Amino acid sequence: MRILLIAIIFLLPNYNLLAENSNSSKPKHKWSFSGFTGTFDRASVQRGLKVYREVCSGCHSMKLLYYRDLIDIGFSKEQVKAIAADYTIIDGPNDEGEMFERPARPSDRFVSPFANEQEARVSNNGAYPPDLSVITKARKNGVDYLYNLLLGYKEPPEGFEIGEGMYYNKWIEGNQIAMAPPLDEGYVDYDDGTENTLPQLAEDVVTFLAWSAEPELEIRKKIGIKVILFFIIFGIIIYLIKQRLWRDVN
Amino acid sequence: MEKSPETRRYKNSFLNWIEYRLPIISYMEKEYGDYPMPKNCNYFWSFGALASILLVVLIVSGIFLAMHYTPHTDMAFDSVERIMRDVNYGWLLRYMHSNGAAFFFIIVYIHILRGMYYGSYKYPRELNWILGVFIYLLMMATSFLGYVLPWGQMSYWGATVITNLFSAIPVIGEGLKTWILGDYTLGNATLNRFFALHYVLPFVIFGVVGLHIAAVHVHGSNNPTGIDIKSKDDSVKFFPYMLVKDTLATCVLGVVIAVVIFFGPNLMAEVDNYIPADPLVTPSHIVANWYLAPFYAILRAIPDKLGGVTLMFGAILILFVLPWLDTSKTKSCNYRPVYKWFMMLFFVNFFILGYVGMKPAEGIYLLIARLGLIYYFGFLLVLTPLIGKIETPKSLPASISDFFMNKGNNIKESKSETELH
Ligand code: HEC
Ligand code: HEM
Repeated sequence: MRILLIAIIFLLPNYNLLAENSNSSKPKHKWSFSGFTGTFDRASVQRGLKVYREVCSGCHSMKLLYYRDLIDIGFSKEQVKAIAADYTIIDGPNDEGEMFERPARPSDRFVSPFANEQEARVSNNGAYPPDLSVITKARKNGVDYLYNLLLGYKEPPEGFEIGEGMYYNKWIEGNQIAMAPPLDEGYVDYDDGTENTLPQLAEDVVTFLAWSAEPELEIRKKIGIKVILFFIIFGIIIYLIKQRLWRDVN
Repeated sequence: MEKSPETRRYKNSFLNWIEYRLPIISYMEKEYGDYPMPKNCNYFWSFGALASILLVVLIVSGIFLAMHYTPHTDMAFDSVERIMRDVNYGWLLRYMHSNGAAFFFIIVYIHILRGMYYGSYKYPRELNWILGVFIYLLMMATSFLGYVLPWGQMSYWGATVITNLFSAIPVIGEGLKTWILGDYTLGNATLNRFFALHYVLPFVIFGVVGLHIAAVHVHGSNNPTGIDIKSKDDSVKFFPYMLVKDTLATCVLGVVIAVVIFFGPNLMAEVDNYIPADPLVTPSHIVANWYLAPFYAILRAIPDKLGGVTLMFGAILILFVLPWLDTSKTKSCNYRPVYKWFMMLFFVNFFILGYVGMKPAEGIYLLIARLGLIYYFGFLLVLTPLIGKIETPKSLPASISDFFMNKGNNIKESKSETELH
């Protein structure tokens, strides 16, 4: 019975993982934010933002983000103001009842490239570029999957029927995706002198997306270690009390 | 008739004042202070307390989540994300609530298996068991309703599959389904009522748990030997002896839960639920919440919809009559050399059913699900009554304290059967 309990306790939380298709064949990347103490590499997140702004934001929205959130990844208030001001949003109605355009402010949400899903589809051959705010949480092994996806464009193998306007990609379900290869060597120039190779661009943009999906990650882990230590120390004290108490019973 | 106010029971005059008007102090003292626990209870007897604690954690975190949640199909998904991002420690509330629910099920499953293995459902604890099964049903309903609230893809499609089950019922099925949905299709009306129900059911559970615990306390807890307390030597007081063990168990659970909440908060979540609900896009496979998966496996093992639904509900309802299906007088499986192994197999089988419940219902998985289904019902309906009749139980220890003294040694074989019954 005891063994069974231990087995259950250890197996149950992994139940979901067990049931997934074995992902072991997929290559895993090393991320600055993985593990018990990992934190986001600020420089990489900032470079990733640049990749997003210059490439992905042409098609993908990130509606859940506010410009002010960028303060968390090391930008100053002024820098955030400047970034926001690059975008125009439609506000209103004003006192005359008219809608008007104004530059975005830090308190605005990220401006979307398209007004609605229909417009996005029309511009993308009928395919819908999903919102990227929480994309790393919305795919199995999100960060590794995304990284592999961005590097995974290949010539289709002999005899593979590829659809109209579709591209072969090893990692997507069904092996074809409606997104043209978005990145390549040198697509984005970095200000900090980092080499802009394809793997580097991919790593940076994925790090940015991981931050966007889990902005609480660092504080979460910090609190987590304290909570675990609390239960361990409190548990040891209780254990000693218990031994003392039950000695008489035994 | 009137008791004189001088009948003082407590030194503290305030406690006395209360006690005289509402004897709740002596009640608490009796139920949680002096309550006699068999000394030999192992840590499996802490799982009831653990479940109670988790229930409170779920209710409290849930109330705070509800302060920020918007039950509208256009806003639900974003409002949940808003909680995660913009509400102070909102991510902690949400992860505590979602992972807390998963652990609640793990804990309660172990609690139920404990009850089955040690025969706690038998005389005189049948009603206690029935209330337990009732709690379990309420838990399933509550978790299903809660899972719909974030209005992600899995919320939407899971709810579609489950509410469609009702339409399998002959004659009233379609009408019933519409009545539950509040509309012809799953939509805003449904989300609103699911939120209202998800808010109220946990309090119903809380009430039933109160009855459930009061019922255990009438005849006292069972224990690993399955024999009753006979003398004072057999038991210890709940306070402090059991309390200290429960607290230790809570600390262990705390460590395990904290690891998940803080370092893998989405391990037990479905990734598709981070995609907003879209009635036009069906996910590639719709999976049940993993803690309901064994029953989902039973549902899909039957090619006929009505048959599947009947068996799925039957699988739970049959637990209500378990006390009367079991014909053996011996409670604990420790003393039932044959039944014990079939019981173990039942646990393993339940686990396997859960596993195939999360796989597509085809090929080998479907076959396994069917075999698992046969064993599930075969065990409860055939093996349990039968083995109770033909098995010769091992001889029981003379008393709990006797057993306790000899813990670790083999139980004395010298005791004759008749002496024990
Ligand atoms: C030219 C427009 C365009 C650009 C630029 C673009 N994408 Fe896409 N993306 C799409 C479309 C269209 C889809 C939908 C593909 C489909 O449904 O097959 C998509 C899908 C995706 C997906 C979802 C894949 C899946 O698993 O379903 C991800 C992730 C993604 N893009 C990331 C990116 C990133 C990161 C960038 C920037 C480096 C980027 N995209 C740039 C158009 C674009
Ligand atoms: C909300 C969920 C539940 C809570 C909070 C809860 C709580 C408790 C508590 C505090 C006890 C006394 C301590 C113990 O023996 O562990 C208990 C006993 C018991 N519970 Fe539960 N319970 C829950 C669900 C269930 C379910 C679903 C079942 C069975 C289907 C069940 C069956 C039993 C039985 C048989 C006992 C008596 C055990 C014995 O004395 O050996 N419980 N429960």
